[in-house]
Amino acid sequence: MAAMTKALPRRLVGLASLRAVSTSSMDTLPKQVKIVEVGPRDGLQNEKNIVSTPVKIKLIDMLSEAGLSVIEATSFVSPKWVPQMADHAEVLKGIQKFPGITYPVLIPNLKGFEAAVAAGAKEVSIFGAASELFTKKNINCSIEESFQRFDAILKAAQSANISVRGYVSCVLGCPYEGKISPAKVAEVTKKFYSMGCYEISLGDTIGVGTPGIMKDMLSAVMQEVPPAALAVHCHDTYGQALANTLMALQMGVSVVDSSVAGLGGCPYAQGASGNLATEDLVYMLEGLGIHTDSPLLSHLGERSVDPQIPSFQLQDKWN
Amino acid sequence: MAAMTKALPRRLVGLASLRAVSTSSMDTLPKQVKIVEVGPRDGLQNEKNIVSTPVKIKLIDMLSEAGLSVIEATSFVSPKWVPQMADHAEVLKGIQKFPGITYPVLIPNLKGFEAAVAAGAKEVSIFGAASELFTKKNINCSIEESFQRFDAILKAAQSANISVRGYVSCVLGCPYEGKISPAKVAEVTKKFYSMGCYEISLGDTIGVGTPGIMKDMLSAVMQEVPPAALAVHCHDTYGQALANTLMALQMGVSVVDSSVAGLGGCPYAQGASGNLATEDLVYMLEGLGIHTGVNLQKLLEAGNFICQALNRKTSSKVAQATCKL
Repeated sequence: MAAMTKALPRRLVGLASLRAVSTSSMDTLPKQVKIVEVGPRDGLQNEKNIVSTPVKIKLIDMLSEAGLSVIEATSFVSPKWVPQMADHAEVLKGIQKFPGITYPVLIPNLKGFEAAVAAGAKEVSIFGAASELFTKKNINCSIEESFQRFDAILKAAQSANISVRGYVSCVLGCPYEGKISPAKVAEVTKKFYSMGCYEISLGDTIGVGTPGIMKDMLSAVMQEVPPAALAVHCHDTYGQALANTLMALQMGVSVVDSSVAGLGGCPYAQGASGNLATEDLVYMLEGLGIHTDSPLLSHLGERSVDPQIPSFQLQDKWN
Repeated sequence: MAAMTKALPRRLVGLASLRAVSTSSMDTLPKQVKIVEVGPRDGLQNEKNIVSTPVKIKLIDMLSEAGLSVIEATSFVSPKWVPQMADHAEVLKGIQKFPGITYPVLIPNLKGFEAAVAAGAKEVSIFGAASELFTKKNINCSIEESFQRFDAILKAAQSANISVRGYVSCVLGCPYEGKISPAKVAEVTKKFYSMGCYEISLGDTIGVGTPGIMKDMLSAVMQEVPPAALAVHCHDTYGQALANTLMALQMGVSVVDSSVAGLGGCPYAQGASGNLATEDLVYMLEGLGIHTGVNLQKLLEAGNFICQALNRKTSSKVAQATCKL
């Protein structure tokens, strides 16, 4: 750990001395972006190796200390389906709950909701999809039926004063249906919003989207739901996550989901990479002059720049 | 190879069925983008493992068959500095020269230029930088002095009817100077253009740039040089390459450098990734409805081939993803 701590300042000093921040008028970009850190849930749930409860708790505590304001802590699903998330109650009870930080948890149904509340959850997330086939394969019902289930959850949440975030999967493409119409995404998103979700995260679940499709989709959705209630959740399966996210920012979205270390994978694409990496997202946002709660460079003021840093010394290989 | 060939169609069938192409009016995006494939030169030169001449030749031939129209084949530099490029003459002579495809080679000086021409080069590339310190450390002279050297090369090239492409390094940041002013990049680019370079590739050499900086830099450069003469060359050291490239396209740039399998690395950032991966670039451009002329399947095969030869995993996300369905 000591060696690693020594190594980090050098790299980050490098970053600080190299970093320029844009001065051009990026008129359509938000001044501030809220990052929703989904590593402990979306990331870990797609990782092959199971990590222990203390490790999960430590990860979340470290993420809290990194300044993230929303950290999706776990998922109250059946351990039969997602073994990685079997310790959901212990994790939620074990983490430090910093003031100003929310720790939403995923819930698949009313039973999961009740367990989550019993374990102290103050915010929950529910999952829908813009694809009939995906919904059928995932939760064995139609989109319409899924909304009936969600309605019960939302009513219970309202009574218990619990915030609910909605996720719409497959917004830029579906592993079963292929192309997804922006109109369908808009319809599902609007439904979530009208049912009481305070925010809806639009997920390119299998990472097939490209910036033009992102733009088409958001154009349709923004006609039905205010931009401030939207988030994007891009997977990097085909290396498009950051470019798609940039387009979303240009369209006025100001909430972005990402995963520390780009954790996760894709059950539909063997060997594929996972979520957009939070570090890479923060790097871009800071370069754009957009405020986040988790400045990569926040502690650099404490260290001085050493021009003799070996990693920047000449390596005369360019001729 | 047979097993791999069987696997590829499934992946691409998956891709084909999933892919939507944008219908929104992306007014400022070009309809067509020329990709300059730098894998055999910029990519390989930064790879630790040396590959044989036949492997390099086969790679370039596969890239030609993938439909790329510009493939930077090698670099006529001293083997003392870049051992990977020691076989430059054999490579240039050994590759198939398809009609309609150009095979530029990098040259550091007049001597390299002459050797390149003797080996059959029809196009050469020269390297400058927007940073005084980087130029000093790299080629041991000032930017002004470097232009005197380039001038000699450009005159010789003009006499020999050889096209010259200029590269400007460190356009979004320098490992020695840190921030680089857009005005300086514009000044150097304009100089290259006025001296006779038909195209100037603006390189984020250490990958530190972000889209706003790309925009600032291009705004300044485009006041001095026509957009059609510009290219961007983004390194993915900090994961920003594709986002930076998208911004460049939005600004009107229509030539993009990339490297098959995202080959390469960064001498200034240990363990860092290399160039923007051509496969990932093509994926984005196709999704945007922008014509490239590239056959993604054949490109993936070329990437597979060179990664096996280098005994490394691909850095292309598209290549990594294998659809299970």
